[in-house]
Amino acid sequence: MTVVVGAVALLLAVAGGLTLIRIVRGPSTLDRIVATDVLLAITVIAIAAGAAYYQDGTALPVLVVLSLLGFTGSVAVGRFAMRERR
Amino acid sequence: MNLDAILNVISAVCLIAGALLSLAAGVALLRFPDLMSRLHAATKPQSLGLLLALTGCGLRLRTGVDITTLVLVAVFQLATAPVAAHMVCRAGYRDQQVRADLLVTDDLAPVAEKLGRQRGDR
Repeated sequence: MTVVVGAVALLLAVAGGLTLIRIVRGPSTLDRIVATDVLLAITVIAIAAGAAYYQDGTALPVLVVLSLLGFTGSVAVGRFAMRERR
Repeated sequence: MNLDAILNVISAVCLIAGALLSLAAGVALLRFPDLMSRLHAATKPQSLGLLLALTGCGLRLRTGVDITTLVLVAVFQLATAPVAAHMVCRAGYRDQQVRADLLVTDDLAPVAEKLGRQRGDR
């Protein structure tokens, strides 16, 4: 299990790094919002992997909050991020 | 090989598959050319990758309370991720951040043109 969680952590770290590059470079606000959503999904997967490794469900309510409230940011920005290039 | 070991192996496979989907989305976010294709790639870890990771977590924890929480997380994520993707896509289309040369067909174009003529702008 240690090897598996190490591999998962490595994959998630690389994915998070690539996503961060897109957040920094993203030509428009919407690109950044999409990348931020992916970063949130990566965070949730990382917390789930941690809970699986330690066999400890203490952090699972955090996942409920993240999955419930994670979309409010995208919706708000999607409403108000229009006409930025003109 | 008892049941615990088998469940742990399945859990490990699920976790690694979820992490691989995240990596694919990260690569695609960097490589794909415009907002729509990036959005297409970005919604994969949000739904399938997350479900795989939660399945792996549940198979490893194996207690009633934890599995209930994980099912709640999955339901909330499946309910909210499409809303977010839809809103971002809608804003992108209205802001004309779609590369028309990459589209096979654009079913919204006639409607958008009609509405634009009625309002005097796009």
